[in-house]
Amino acid sequence: MENNELNLPGYEIPEDVKNVVAVTTLDRLLNPVYNWGRRSSVWPLMFGLACCAIEMIAAQASRYDLARFGMEVMRPTPRQADLMIVSGTVTKKMVPAIVRLYNQMPEPKYVMAMGACASSGGPFKEGYNVVAGIDKFLPVDVYVPGCPPTPQALMNGLIMLQKKIDKEKISQVRWYRKGHDSVEIPVPILGPDLIDPRRIPDIKAAAAQPVTTPAQAGG
Amino acid sequence: MTAPASSLTIDLAARFPGAVSADVRPGYGGFIVPAEKLIEVATAIRDEFGYDLLSAVTGVDYIADNKMEVVYHAFKTTGGPAFVFKVQVPRENPVLPSVVNIWRGAEFQEREAWDLLGIKFEGHPDLRRILMWEGFEGHPLRKDWKEPFFEEEVKPFKSRWPDGKHTFAEVKNPFRDNLQFPADFDPEKVTFTDPEEALYKSLKKYHSETRDGIETDHILVNMGPQHPSTHGVFRAVVMLDGETVVSLKPVMGYLHRNHDKIGERNTFLQNMPYTDRLDYFCSMTNNFGYALAVEKLMNIQVPERADYIRVIMSELTRIQNHLIFLGMFLNDLGAMYTPALYAFEERELILDIFEEVAGARMMCNYFRFGGVARDMGEDALRKARELVFDRLPGKVDEMDRLLTENEVLVSRVKGIGYLSAEDAIRTSMTGPMLRASGVPYDIRRADPYSIYDRFDFNVACRPEGDLLARYMVRIDEMRESLKILGQALKQIPAGPIFPGKPQYQVKVPAGESYGRVESPKGELAYYVVSNGKPNPYRYHVRPSSFVNLTSLEQMCIGEKIADFVAILGGIDIVLGELDR
Ligand code: SF4
Repeated sequence: MENNELNLPGYEIPEDVKNVVAVTTLDRLLNPVYNWGRRSSVWPLMFGLACCAIEMIAAQASRYDLARFGMEVMRPTPRQADLMIVSGTVTKKMVPAIVRLYNQMPEPKYVMAMGACASSGGPFKEGYNVVAGIDKFLPVDVYVPGCPPTPQALMNGLIMLQKKIDKEKISQVRWYRKGHDSVEIPVPILGPDLIDPRRIPDIKAAAAQPVTTPAQAGG
Repeated sequence: MTAPASSLTIDLAARFPGAVSADVRPGYGGFIVPAEKLIEVATAIRDEFGYDLLSAVTGVDYIADNKMEVVYHAFKTTGGPAFVFKVQVPRENPVLPSVVNIWRGAEFQEREAWDLLGIKFEGHPDLRRILMWEGFEGHPLRKDWKEPFFEEEVKPFKSRWPDGKHTFAEVKNPFRDNLQFPADFDPEKVTFTDPEEALYKSLKKYHSETRDGIETDHILVNMGPQHPSTHGVFRAVVMLDGETVVSLKPVMGYLHRNHDKIGERNTFLQNMPYTDRLDYFCSMTNNFGYALAVEKLMNIQVPERADYIRVIMSELTRIQNHLIFLGMFLNDLGAMYTPALYAFEERELILDIFEEVAGARMMCNYFRFGGVARDMGEDALRKARELVFDRLPGKVDEMDRLLTENEVLVSRVKGIGYLSAEDAIRTSMTGPMLRASGVPYDIRRADPYSIYDRFDFNVACRPEGDLLARYMVRIDEMRESLKILGQALKQIPAGPIFPGKPQYQVKVPAGESYGRVESPKGELAYYVVSNGKPNPYRYHVRPSSFVNLTSLEQMCIGEKIADFVAILGGIDIVLGELDR
């Protein structure tokens, strides 16, 4: 946290204690301290989907050492995690599980789409079992490009997330506001193809059109 | 190198006159067996001719001939080339007997052929979908099945090349997404078949009994697809009696990324970067197998230097894979992360070399048909020499010393997850899994490819067949790899790394080919069918992790649930290759 945003203007502080003394109001203090605490202990969900997960592990390991950001505490259970790094290709078969995991994470929670696949489907976008980006289901905070993103890129993404957290105001964040409890995302259903419950009217309407698909002959 | 994937030294047609005939299509090899004779012929192939290891079972949809063809590749564990035989069935009603009772290793691959191509295997004990979910519409690998984002039969698509006016696939699809539904589909009216139901039914029945006046019952545990010990999105349904495993079913497909379908739309060369993403720890060996398969079809010779570079890259890959295996395996046993940190330290150094020669750490995309993409510079060679001669031998010893004598480790793995040599062969295990059961079968020795016949190394093999043996085989193998690397780095000649000029579009003559390599996880093979066009007609990956899971249930039954985690870790699966 920057000292100058903390200090109330108009108070002269002696040079030799400038680093340790600040004159401020509770109002000014609250947000920086709150955000600083949170941004320095973002606990990611221990959750790997595909190749990108290996670079995520590499970012945690010896050379890159994510612990420097306070982010090395991977939680295998979503109930203790703050950040879901969607590290890999999201398939239709997997997406119900991912949505369920997201729903189980307590607020405040963030989602990072790591790599081309999680951002948009990537090299596998045209595949029949691939969801073209996790943002079709979950709200994404940070996108990290690459296939796979190098550990440096992932770290840059995490720094972006920290910057985002720095801008939060305790009076405005959604998890403290009345009536804004964590939003449950409806879990997709595996039918003849993937069905997003929020889109059932669209699907019905499009399926009623005469030619529905490019070609569904045979098979 | 000759085009057909098999040898015709055995005349199956003479053994079964009138029933079996040689496959005489140009570029093809092996024999065509009528469906009703399959069991008899297959039994003879295994028992009389000695082809005890069934490597691959896959289907090809020959839509122009209105036929489905099922292709089998069998090998002898004593070595030698493949024995290929095929069964042709009509497309409308593709039914043939299952060979599961002859080679149990066919179990998952037959299920895959049913899932993706709709070929029915009669007598299969558990014919369910394996990669897609139960209830999915259609069999995607059929040539007339089109995916929702279908644009054209083959690449390069006109919308991207040469003029490149691409619109989003979502815009063209009526559902505005990667979706397709039957006409008049109404999600509110349909009741869906629960994809899980068939799965739970396939588990063994539990008979409760009364012990000490107390009625017993089973517990059903779902491990995965999100579980820290499953190495990705693998799932296993385990039925427990107390802590003991009674029945277990692996569930795959959570990372099914449709390599085969995308691969058949791609041009030959466009598939190379996709192979990187199969076993994402070992992109170099993945490249290798695919390059071999296509080179066999093209019948081209690889320059000496390129061959050496290929071997160097493959063996470095093996070492880093096995290092990570050690780290992750110990993780599974509860030594949380410390050994893995040691492993990653060395891996980073190997990845530095990959990055230097190929431009990428993990997704190297380095091999080309006929050679490699870039030369290995002096600096990269120096780094490799430093690693191989000065650093890695000591580090392998260090790992060995730190871990192997650890009493906790030994008591957790000794005698656990036993698999006999016969069972390992019957379930088509390959790689370290097979060698840890006392079968010294290593493709680098049994059916040498590239220039592996020039090097002096031992096939790491342990007879015990338990987890400790699997762990030790990997340590031995790293030492053998270092031996090969030492020789290769000393002998590597100067010269070209590619015959002629690199081409974007290669000409591949019609025919079939089966290229296989000893990847760090087992036998990784590619079955490629070309019809002379710029795109493969059939592109199939025979993944080692997938087939190696066949024996998972057998190894786990009777063990504790905590040992399941260790046994799974011991197989060394990687989901990208398992689900493709
Ligand atoms: S973006 Fe690339 S590296 Fe990451 S999961 Fe997708 S294919 Fe793998």
